[in-house]
Amino acid sequence: MPQRKQKELFPAKVLTKEEISPGVFTLCTERTFDFIPGQVVAVALTADEEPRLYSIASGNNTGHIRILFDINPAGSLTPRLAQLNPGDELMMSEPFGRFLGTKDPAWWIATGTGVAPFISMSESGLIQNKKLIHGARTPKEFWFSEHFSSSLDDNYVRFATRETAPGIRSGRLTQWLKEQNNLPNNIKYYLCGNANMVVDVRDILVNKGIPYDNIIAEIYF
Amino acid sequence: MEALFGKTLEELKIVAAENGLPGFTAKQMAQWLYTKGVSDIDDMTNLSKDARDRLKEKYIIGRVAPSKVQASVDGTKKYLYPAQKGLFIEAAYIPEKERHTLCISSQIGCKMGCLFCMTGKQGFQGQLTAGEIVNQVISLPESDQLTNIVYMGMGEPMDNVENVLKSLEIFTSDWGMGWSPRRFNVSTIGVEPAMRRFIEESDAHLAISLHTPFNEERKKLMPIEQVYPIEEVIDSLKEYDFGRQRRISFEYIMFDGVNDTPAHVKGLTKLLNGIRCRINLIRFHPIPDSPLRGSSDEKIKWFSDQLNRKGLTTTIRRSRGEDIYAACGLLSTKNMLKEDTEKDY
Repeated sequence: MPQRKQKELFPAKVLTKEEISPGVFTLCTERTFDFIPGQVVAVALTADEEPRLYSIASGNNTGHIRILFDINPAGSLTPRLAQLNPGDELMMSEPFGRFLGTKDPAWWIATGTGVAPFISMSESGLIQNKKLIHGARTPKEFWFSEHFSSSLDDNYVRFATRETAPGIRSGRLTQWLKEQNNLPNNIKYYLCGNANMVVDVRDILVNKGIPYDNIIAEIYF
Repeated sequence: MEALFGKTLEELKIVAAENGLPGFTAKQMAQWLYTKGVSDIDDMTNLSKDARDRLKEKYIIGRVAPSKVQASVDGTKKYLYPAQKGLFIEAAYIPEKERHTLCISSQIGCKMGCLFCMTGKQGFQGQLTAGEIVNQVISLPESDQLTNIVYMGMGEPMDNVENVLKSLEIFTSDWGMGWSPRRFNVSTIGVEPAMRRFIEESDAHLAISLHTPFNEERKKLMPIEQVYPIEEVIDSLKEYDFGRQRRISFEYIMFDGVNDTPAHVKGLTKLLNGIRCRINLIRFHPIPDSPLRGSSDEKIKWFSDQLNRKGLTTTIRRSRGEDIYAACGLLSTKNMLKEDTEKDY
């Protein structure tokens, strides 16, 4: 049997780390590879441990790669990632994956850190003709909201399930989608987040007459 | 209290050491758990009374009987098993003349979100422990009749590969149940890194859920294609020598007008070139809200013939247990879930 081949990992120096809300971090590393907005990287702290996948959450016109993560207390990686400091090294694969942004009109639908690929697409100049629908529990969880608010204006629609705040709708994005008539059926719908959200939203869209060909999903696992 | 059931021999040795019991107790416990099938620590009669008392302070056996069974007109039975946190899983017992197969679950729900799968619509609620996986086999009323086990129930086995491998170790080790690994077939949609680990650390058969040879089409049916494209999964399979005994098969659910065309025959022939394998053609069992429809029996037969002409071995799988929602892709315990008030969407 050959030696097990994983994605090859390369050292990458941490440039910045920021806790953007309790338990949620952005981490920027130096960028050594090109990528297409929407791609992921495999990340580990050492070369011999199982890496985890993270969507790149930065534009492809900068010198760094940013990832967005929340701490999974039971996880083996995120608590340690949160301890890294500028100058530390982690291991990162070349970017890969095919959940790719385009310039065509589309709706982006995300929950939690599932917004990460849309940050990348947006910062890479693919935000025209887009609507972002983001769901979270509380208003503090709409990361990069200033960027999206200024770029998307009314096409940035936020739903908080537990609390509300000015400019943020109270309730579930799934309920709002169910209440919509005449959803555009000739554009793409990009869904990113946990499996439960993705399958629920996909069912709603299909029931609303959106061809499943137009629904592109990336699931965090 | 912690369950002993589901622990490997190495883990039982740790239990013995931590509780001041002789090292050989571990093997004795394994025999009671996996060969003799006890349900009470006091039934481990070759352990001293003192050893049993010490174990009872911290441990239970942890076997769980199914709480419900539904029987199909075709003889298939669907068993409901209680799992952790008040959740439930299903297993399908499929008796045939020569073979008696149990289709077991590896997760509570599934994260993979395949468009055609009822379990996928449930979302994900938790990983099964090795004990919860093995329990589906040992606590089955028809356990003695089983000839084959397939990991094709709820969940993606490679997304819980640690516990799947541990369960296989229990099923196949001399200290465990001592079954041949060739009696086990584990399916995956192609989570490549974990699949490689499975290939290297197990001798069980492998089944890949394929459903189309084309990337763009597969992306719409199976989100996993975004990160682990099927041609890369196939390329990684080609790196291994599976020998004559170990089998690779490809599962192919047939969707009317979607993946049953001459172009798909050609695409499959090209994609699977160089792999000794079998393609299982499966009738689609419609699920609520699905935009997909199943191919006709005539179309499936035609597709099978075309592939055979190209030198690919196919079988058309008989549907079993459709009337009790036990057939392929229909297992789900979604209607038993409480509404998650903490969700963010």
